Amino acid sequence: MTESVAPIVRFRDPQIEMAHGAGGKASRRLVEGLFAPLLYENPGGLLGDAARVKIDGASVAITTDSFVVKPLKFPGGSIGELAVNGTMNDLAVSGARGQAMVVTFVLEEGLPTSVLEEEIRAMSAALRRAGVAMVGGDTKVVERGKADGMYITTTGIGSIMPQVNIDTQSIRPGDKILLSGPIGDHGITILLARGELDLEADLSSDTRCVLPLIEAIAEEAGPGIRWMRDPTRGGVATSLNELARDCRLGIVLSEEKIPMRDEVRGACELLGLDPLHIANEGQFLAVVAPEYADAALNALHQTEGGEDALIIGDVQTEPACAVLVTTRYGGSRIVDMLVGDPLPRIC
Amino acid sequence: MRYVDEFRDPELITKASDEIHRLADTGKHYRIMEVCGGHTHAIYRFGLKDVLPSNIELIHGPGCPVCVLPMGRIDDGLAVARNADVIFTAFGDMMRVPGAHGSPLEHKARGTDVRIVYSPADALQIARKNPDKHVMFFAIGFETTAPSTALTLMRAKAEGIENFSIFCNHVTIVPAIRAILDSPDMRLDAFIGPGHVSTVIGCRPYEWIARNEGKPVVTSGFEPLDLLQSIVMLLRQLHAGEARVENQYKRVVPWEGNRAALKAMAEVFQLRPYFEWRGLGFISQSALKIRDEYAKWDAEQRFPIPNTRVTDPKAAQCGEVLKGVLKPAQCKLFGKECTPEHPIGALMVSSEGSCAAYYNYEHRKAAAMVTSISSVA
Amino acid sequence: MCLAIPGKIVELAPDHQAQLGTVEVTGVRRKVDLGLLQDDMPVIGDWVLIHVGFAMTKISEQDAMEQMDLLRMLGEAELAVEEVRGYGLEDNGDHKIERAGAS
Repeated sequence: MTESVAPIVRFRDPQIEMAHGAGGKASRRLVEGLFAPLLYENPGGLLGDAARVKIDGASVAITTDSFVVKPLKFPGGSIGELAVNGTMNDLAVSGARGQAMVVTFVLEEGLPTSVLEEEIRAMSAALRRAGVAMVGGDTKVVERGKADGMYITTTGIGSIMPQVNIDTQSIRPGDKILLSGPIGDHGITILLARGELDLEADLSSDTRCVLPLIEAIAEEAGPGIRWMRDPTRGGVATSLNELARDCRLGIVLSEEKIPMRDEVRGACELLGLDPLHIANEGQFLAVVAPEYADAALNALHQTEGGEDALIIGDVQTEPACAVLVTTRYGGSRIVDMLVGDPLPRIC
Repeated sequence: MRYVDEFRDPELITKASDEIHRLADTGKHYRIMEVCGGHTHAIYRFGLKDVLPSNIELIHGPGCPVCVLPMGRIDDGLAVARNADVIFTAFGDMMRVPGAHGSPLEHKARGTDVRIVYSPADALQIARKNPDKHVMFFAIGFETTAPSTALTLMRAKAEGIENFSIFCNHVTIVPAIRAILDSPDMRLDAFIGPGHVSTVIGCRPYEWIARNEGKPVVTSGFEPLDLLQSIVMLLRQLHAGEARVENQYKRVVPWEGNRAALKAMAEVFQLRPYFEWRGLGFISQSALKIRDEYAKWDAEQRFPIPNTRVTDPKAAQCGEVLKGVLKPAQCKLFGKECTPEHPIGALMVSSEGSCAAYYNYEHRKAAAMVTSISSVA
Repeated sequence: MCLAIPGKIVELAPDHQAQLGTVEVTGVRRKVDLGLLQDDMPVIGDWVLIHVGFAMTKISEQDAMEQMDLLRMLGEAELAVEEVRGYGLEDNGDHKIERAGAS
């Protein structure tokens, strides 16, 4: 396979738009075109969603994430839980066990204390469930009308699991794509909870800490894990597109294998949304060497919360740098990264 | 029955495909136009071209209401939206369509109150909830969507909701088909007729195509089996030298159309003497405007409209692609200056547009297969 | 324009003037305006085609079943005809004729 250098993307957009936060192409342009060349350095190397830092010879993983959610509370969770689970998951899919977190709150003037207290309690419960300590934080208050109630940022630090060595360059055609469970629950729940589209369904966010599941596959199939990611904003399509570009291979998925609840399918159909672009907060993707795939699946099936894990596709030489979804009807289509926000359509 | 999965049965798809192969005369090259953008999208999504013999060519028609909207109309609508008290509402399909000064989403980033709605009824609801603002609904669509706009206006009138108006871009399908048939560079054998437009107008409006032009028409559903069955029906007619209108989408399309829907449209709309269609030029009696009885809810009568006329960039060949004269990949800008991320024309940004469909389903695959170095940023 | 989804009516507005109903599409419920079906209002359990929040038509289960039957029979009629043709009992100008007795 011929090597080629990824082109330098310069950020030329004159102003920031919602699309830049949606997790798709626009977000990537912003990060790669503005932040990375000017701000980010990676002496320890990227772990994917986290960075490796060496301190006095010891390697730790560090990551940060901010949470901007409207409404603050929704079926299945709230912003506080997302803040804890999200950062723990970023560490977990980077092969790290979260050990400590710090948090910053940006609170809106006028936010009722009862609302804030509920979130703190929710975070406390999520921390206990995840087995991690919140060791400190900072708070700022901004004027009424900003911050949608509250914005939360969490930064997590973790120890690197020795069994896992994430390296996109080790990915080979034939490697399997593993998905932990049904997609779309979180994004659709939020969409419905906003109440703008007048849809009702029995759906909840899938927010949870996936560390126990990652530990299970690390234990049983560690040497075979090449890559992991939690498909949050931008969905499975965006995460896999990033992977395809990084490893310069093709990802081929089988549409009928991709699991989703009926309600997610129905909502996506009604609105004309692609479930592959919808955010998830409790799932992860992994690329696993074929000889370890069964072990990985078994480990998950025997772990609480991992019963729905399955293989949804594999890595192939073509179409290089792209994600292809094949349908049982013989058609296939390239699924791209999210361009902007997922937009409902009538046509 | 769920009315979806049954019509995607792989065994039956194979049967239908076999029948098509059997019927298609290997000595002939069939040119069949699917008018409706939704059919274009379905054909790509289900890979139907792969199950058809190579001598059946499917030509994409102009049935995509976003694609045929001239750029100037978006600018006119956004000009109204720039008033501080106006909330601009439209379907998600419109949000990324480029006007001369940016798309609705880009306007939103600059401070214009732009909101996505799924239904004109949602826009009316926003008006109810925001009595101190004016809500303008940028209406697009063929006859499928026009009755819903009409009914919404009737409800607004009945309730006396005055802070609501429609910027009406509804167009009618038959004049577009006529323009295609009148086009000298078009040779077509048959039509896959619109599916959902026909639930409103019925099948009669297509009879002249069969009678005067001698081309068979089959109104079709959108599932793979619907489209394949429609092609079977068209081939049978062509084989027998017949030209009739047939209704494949019987479970949903009434031959006489939907009387209540037609009545609502007649109550609220009248035909414009002419309207400019992107790519097809001015077509008479092809678009709807709001009647004087509803003038209070007509954005074009309540607000000053600049009547912007924007011509497509010379290199863009939206018109020819719309008419089916050119394939998307034959446009000089396709895949280079014009991509779904940076669309020049609406055919690339509308999910039903043939350029977008071709780009997402065919072009990327072809490009990625050819080289292993491609790294599209 | 073309995205229209089949959904089942699960609720009707108690006030018939309102012409509203609730449809369900695989577990998702949305209010729809039934005003375009006022000449033949659906009842609970009917399937309708939904487009931009309005019900456009009722879906005829009978027509759908008939269509499925037609699809299942595709090819069978022709197979039967070909078989019969092989017996040399037909003289059809479009196809090769096999005369009885010819090898």
